Amino acid sequence: MLTYTLRRLILAIPTLLFIALVIFLLLELAPGDPTAQVPLTVPPEVKEQMRIALGLDQPSHIRFGKWLWQMFAVEPMVWWDAAFGTAFTDNTPRVISWQTRSPVMDIVAQRLPQTLWVVGMAYVVGVMIALPIGIYSAYRQYSVFDQVGTFVTMVGYSIPPFFSGVLVIVIFSVQLGWFPSVYDTTHEVVDWNSFLVQLNQMVLPVMVLSLQVTSQISRYMRSAMLDNLSQDYVRTARAKGLRENTVVGVHVLRNSMIPVVTVIALGVPQVFGGAIITEVIFKVNGLGQLLITAIQANDLPMVQTVTFMLAVLIVLFNILADILYGLLDPRIRYE
Amino acid sequence: MSKPRPHSPSRDVWDQFRRHRGAVAGGVIFLTLVVSVLLGPLIWRVDPAFIDLTIRNQGTSLSHPFGTDQLGRDMLARMIAGGQVSMAVGLTAMVLSIALGTLVGVLAGMTRWLDGPLMRLTDLFLALPLLPLLLVMVMLFRETLSIRFGTETGIFLLIVVAIGITSWMPTARIVRGDVLALKEREFVQAARSVGTTNTMMITRHILPNVLSPILVSASLGIANAIITESALSFLGLGFPPDFATWGRLLADATVYITDYPARVIWPGVAISLTVLAVTYMGDGLRDALDPRARHRK
Repeated sequence: MLTYTLRRLILAIPTLLFIALVIFLLLELAPGDPTAQVPLTVPPEVKEQMRIALGLDQPSHIRFGKWLWQMFAVEPMVWWDAAFGTAFTDNTPRVISWQTRSPVMDIVAQRLPQTLWVVGMAYVVGVMIALPIGIYSAYRQYSVFDQVGTFVTMVGYSIPPFFSGVLVIVIFSVQLGWFPSVYDTTHEVVDWNSFLVQLNQMVLPVMVLSLQVTSQISRYMRSAMLDNLSQDYVRTARAKGLRENTVVGVHVLRNSMIPVVTVIALGVPQVFGGAIITEVIFKVNGLGQLLITAIQANDLPMVQTVTFMLAVLIVLFNILADILYGLLDPRIRYE
Repeated sequence: MSKPRPHSPSRDVWDQFRRHRGAVAGGVIFLTLVVSVLLGPLIWRVDPAFIDLTIRNQGTSLSHPFGTDQLGRDMLARMIAGGQVSMAVGLTAMVLSIALGTLVGVLAGMTRWLDGPLMRLTDLFLALPLLPLLLVMVMLFRETLSIRFGTETGIFLLIVVAIGITSWMPTARIVRGDVLALKEREFVQAARSVGTTNTMMITRHILPNVLSPILVSASLGIANAIITESALSFLGLGFPPDFATWGRLLADATVYITDYPARVIWPGVAISLTVLAVTYMGDGLRDALDPRARHRK
């Protein structure tokens, strides 16, 4: 198991390098000049100087190499410095955003908590709702609950987040006035009341994101339960007189969770993608919103770095899903 | 009473599909939507781009059943025009992604030395963060393409190609798996032993037998493409502002959401209804095309 994990992690390195290259080439091959937005009154020599200051005079392979070096060698050292008070990187150039002229990773570190809070909460809430729905609708297959549940999850799956987000704003914020439609990221939790305010403003974004999660995962849970409920071991368990709660809640549930856990792990990156739209709707200044503003401002180092970090997330959770699968299912042996 | 006649396989599929009520309803709704956006302009002869500032922000009335927008344009006409674009994007992008996926899947399944590289490529594509990449692609290539092909055609091509080349991977994987299983079957080996060429093998024996997973992913592909196009338009990186698509209409209306919520609801419901209908259709198709599921009930 350990060797398998190690091998997967080592194999992930070329994958990630390739993805970084793809993102870089896409930005590189694209027509359009990062200094195109500079006013025409700026003389060409100055414009050339600006290009040199941005590092655009160097050939692309050198710029790619530099980005890799800064991302994988300089940034970890910066963390090390911050953690242990050393000074390896005092004058080392880091990946600099063209928009703000500050290191990209510093901005990412500022934005990450907001995204993690909202996305994490949404995922936890979504999974907690999805599992009971999936279990019960499989247990009572073709019952009213199952039919309604299937229909509701289908509807939830079909309503794109940019519509459901706007809908919940209309209903809960405009009509009922229960929750704020804008997420205030400057709000600090200091006591119980401010914690309640924080919870209150998280409700709508979390609701929108968890609707997607719930509808997907409850469908997987239902079909996994259905597959297991008709197995022989269930009949055996019933025949030897186990209570129905034990049969369904322990025997069937445990076996059905195997595929569902991997689906849950695989869904995490997708939720981060969905967070881009949710953050734009509710004005959460998280990673997704950072990406959108960077794209609109033609801030290539920022776009490159944030997109790459999302790719890292996808690859890591893929590996995690495979490892979990091996751990949970003893029939699967990784050499 | 007539004698029971032997059923053709396609008849069996149709019978099973008909029994799935959700799928039939989905099919009917989808067809209705397609027909109404296609024939709509013939019946509702209002120019969707006609601006009349004297009647802006109106509610539902006889002359404007869906009301008018902030520039006094008729919402029904814009919904029809937007529907045409959204459906066209959905169908074209789906065809492209299915064609790519089937090509990669069949190639990987049929030729052993291509299998490894092609599947690694598929894995790599699956590991890409797709929505950010789509946004980047649209931002970077928008201007060049609109200069070369004209604004509308350029963006249409860009969005269709971008969605197509980022959504073929699931189809490729499913098709490859099925092709690998088919290759071991007796009828394929028999065909091979009588000297069937590779092209004939693929067109006569392989493709007809992988048609069912392809159809299912096609129906899901339409839903995916329509949602992606709307998301891009919503984030301001899709079609230009004056150009009606459902996603664009929704994005434009969100600014006025507190005063005129109905203008958000129409396009939103249209998108969700299309996706829901198509998803149900895919569900029914999957059951109908799987002979084992057919005899289960």
